[in-house]
Amino acid sequence: MLIPSGNVDMSRAIAREIPLNQTGAALTACNGPTLPGVALITDFSREGALPMKAAILVFPGSNCDRDLKVAFEAAGADVTMVWHKEAALPEAVDIVGVPGGFSFGDYLRCGAIAANSPICAGLKRHVARGGYALGVCNGFQVLTETRLLPGALLRNAGLKYVCRTVPLLVRTSDSAFTRSWTAGTELQIPIAHHDGNYQADPEVLAQLEAEDRIAFSYNDNPNGSVGDIAGVLSANRRVLGMMPHPERAADPGHGGTDGRAMFAGLMEALVSA
Amino acid sequence: MKARVQVMLKTGVLDPQGEAVRHALGSLGFAGVQGVRQGKVIELELAEGTDEATVKAMCEKLLANTVIESYSIEM
Repeated sequence: MLIPSGNVDMSRAIAREIPLNQTGAALTACNGPTLPGVALITDFSREGALPMKAAILVFPGSNCDRDLKVAFEAAGADVTMVWHKEAALPEAVDIVGVPGGFSFGDYLRCGAIAANSPICAGLKRHVARGGYALGVCNGFQVLTETRLLPGALLRNAGLKYVCRTVPLLVRTSDSAFTRSWTAGTELQIPIAHHDGNYQADPEVLAQLEAEDRIAFSYNDNPNGSVGDIAGVLSANRRVLGMMPHPERAADPGHGGTDGRAMFAGLMEALVSA
Repeated sequence: MKARVQVMLKTGVLDPQGEAVRHALGSLGFAGVQGVRQGKVIELELAEGTDEATVKAMCEKLLANTVIESYSIEM
């Protein structure tokens, strides 16, 4: 289950080679034809706008961290991978990605041990000062375990690991994550989880409903989640946790690109912020 | 010294694993099993003199998710 630390160091090295966020000059350099991998950066309409700076947390057992990195980078973000033992996030991070996987082998409860890792103290400080965070799958479980999002994710009602593409309903367009869609849009997004059965007490559910904080729901509930809930927003709408994997539907090679608009929308929202 | 922590899903939280065990007992011919709740027991080996308040803090911070689980401590 352990990710060799060499992998993480390599990711950091890759991130360092593309210092998009440092100065306007660096940005201009990236716009040149010598770096085709970041060609999307030219999509910025505002002159001098810096790209969204994302940090992706990596725990032992994370396995969607690189997929999330690729999806953020395809939208033009500057991404740094951050190992769970780090006590703080890199400077000036706009959004933290908490990836899918099986952090710490899902021991005790899914996400429980990751939620108590040193970097999650940094994540909590980031969110407390109004920073954005996206938790996907195990990342959603980590966000509920840190109590940054309400509720909890229990074993699927059918007790089976479910891995398939499901129809997902966008419930609100009022967030940086969902601004690209109108409420009611149906997406095709893959799920892959054993513990995605979202539960919360009736008061919390009423509050989520009243505050328009249910971001996504299932059209055909695969796991027993109360109210078909697939993703929820924090009170300030800057933290999203969701079981489906938008980063696995972000490239034509994935068989679908319905998730791509989330990253593009974040880019627009955070660059102009 | 030892402490034993029992963690259970709160009453009212659906326990799909307990339900599956109940069904399995029924199919083995054990009639009359009306409900099964499955939890976990965590045994802690502690330094002498550790007080219950410390174990309670461990439960609140890590061992149980009090959104969905309740716990009891035996010292």
